[in-house]
Amino acid sequence: MNATAKLDEYIPVVGQAIIDDLKLLAERLAQKHVLHVNSTAVGGGVAEILSRMVPLLGEMGINTKWEVIKGGDQFYQVTKKFHNVLHGRPDEVTPADFEIFMETSRKNIAEMNTDYDIVFIHDPQPIALIQKKGQNKWIWRCHIDVSKPHPIVWAFLKEFIVRYDASVFSAPSFSQQLPIRQALISPSIDPLSEKNRELSPEDVDRVLAKYQISRDKPIITQISRFDRLKDPVGVIEAFLMVRKYIDCQLILAGGTATDDPEGLQVLAEVKEKAADNPDIHILLLPQNDFEVNALQRGSDVIMQKSLKEGFGLTVSEALWKVKPVVAGNVGGIPLQIKHKYSGMLCNSVEGAAFALKQILNSPAFAKRLGENGREHIRNNFLLTRHLRDYMLLFLSLDYAEDLVYL
Amino acid sequence: MASDASLLNKTDEKESGLKKAKLPFHFYTRLHLTVLTGLKAANLTELLEHLKEVPGSSIYHHTHRFLQQHQYLNPEPPNDFAYWTTEVLGEKKLGEGISSIDVVQFSTIRDLRNRLIEVISNYVQQNPLSQKKFVNDGEEFYFMKSLSFILPTHDFATDLAEFIEILKKITVDSIYFHVFEARLRLEKKTNDFSAWIEQEFGETDLARKLSNLDPYTHTLEDLRRIIISIVEKRLRRK
Repeated sequence: MNATAKLDEYIPVVGQAIIDDLKLLAERLAQKHVLHVNSTAVGGGVAEILSRMVPLLGEMGINTKWEVIKGGDQFYQVTKKFHNVLHGRPDEVTPADFEIFMETSRKNIAEMNTDYDIVFIHDPQPIALIQKKGQNKWIWRCHIDVSKPHPIVWAFLKEFIVRYDASVFSAPSFSQQLPIRQALISPSIDPLSEKNRELSPEDVDRVLAKYQISRDKPIITQISRFDRLKDPVGVIEAFLMVRKYIDCQLILAGGTATDDPEGLQVLAEVKEKAADNPDIHILLLPQNDFEVNALQRGSDVIMQKSLKEGFGLTVSEALWKVKPVVAGNVGGIPLQIKHKYSGMLCNSVEGAAFALKQILNSPAFAKRLGENGREHIRNNFLLTRHLRDYMLLFLSLDYAEDLVYL
Repeated sequence: MASDASLLNKTDEKESGLKKAKLPFHFYTRLHLTVLTGLKAANLTELLEHLKEVPGSSIYHHTHRFLQQHQYLNPEPPNDFAYWTTEVLGEKKLGEGISSIDVVQFSTIRDLRNRLIEVISNYVQQNPLSQKKFVNDGEEFYFMKSLSFILPTHDFATDLAEFIEILKKITVDSIYFHVFEARLRLEKKTNDFSAWIEQEFGETDLARKLSNLDPYTHTLEDLRRIIISIVEKRLRRK
């Protein structure tokens, strides 16, 4: 990640006027002190985004601080359980879990200074800090899919949520009936990061050569963890349907932690399904943004055939690289793809195979999908838009009406 | 090579023959925060029900914001309602009906809302079976609204050459504000650019040309190019 990028470095990507607008907004927030709180300083999408946003907000003159709550293993086991059941996975949540959660929360409440104009809390882990709310404004940012939340856990969290001044969700389907304002703010990709920056054709060739992938036939790629919700087996099934008619190859690339038994099991299933097919390349990639970037750029079609998805930023990453994308119609993916305009949405293996065939057989259509997709990402899913939305959100805290003259 | 406009911009009024405005044109911009309402529709009955009760800022969001968010699209679906009824619900005939609503002729959100309700109600009456069609879980129409902030930029134009130079660089949000929203804000069939040109320079013909543009059938970048081209053409005639 290019951690040193300054605001003006984004001008060649989004244009001077967009940056000027950001500065106009920042002028209105110059006196504000903002605190972001989440549960981890490294790893995960929230930390990745905050590590870019906090310096840029600071550069624009908004005093921004980022704090991380403290918690032990037990606390994080409970919050992981909350996370899973909020996503719809069955698990038993006990009164002891809530007590562990509250015990750690009480310690953080006692220790953390929240004396800022705006306190911005990310995800459920630090949610109970709201008990420290004074006259200042508090925002709760939900980064996870809560379209069908576990009723008991949601009821527990809701007791805290309703005390905030505003909430933020990543996709319309995640919104709930709440008495507070709910903003829709999508996450974003950083066009200057290692994962998204421009690469030379030589860089792309070198990475493909490293994995012994030739470019003599079209490449279809899905880059995701080996996780059932990403449906890698379904991707192979769709590929095999297409392969009957079109000579092409498939890359399934992703990581799996050695301590994740389910991931290893899914990987075994994938390998069994691939059955030594020479046109299916299964790559176990360690965290390597440069190689992910090169594999995406070297592909002809990108897939993200998720069955459930928080937001699915891999779709934005692929569209930014002007690639036609076939993706599951779930979570935040429909925000990134308007079917047949900026990509293809699918609800089944057969649908995915059909979309792949359409794309591979119609280069002009594929090109238009990619180009539309790139502009859609430029307008809506880059870090600069995310910065603008956060500043608008901060400003909105002082107004109840829908139309504000500043 | 510098354009006619930029060359003119470097000279004073006397040399260029360009009339200076008494009241400069101050460019504004309008920025939006999307707010979720928690309301959703899985069929046409629910869509109609919510259409009647959501705030005007929601109708605005689904008919106007779509253009801004998808202004690159080609071919261009005109609004969220048309997109959803066509592509998600699969009611292509109704989608066509909604697409063909001439948004430009409505100078109030209230009238636009009424027209949307009328088109959908008529369709449902003529095609009662359409009410029984539900979309899949997760594909519902989610009603949102725009929380809009209008703020002045640092850009002022005192003559048409400066006007063009600024127009070349400002965001499409600003163009959108002055062209589309003027109709709704002023509740009359003109836009801020035409009003200023008419008032400050008495250029009735130029003002009319800009006012006659149908902004809903162009992408915003196209609209920017067309406005610049019309004004540059006028300057070349000087």
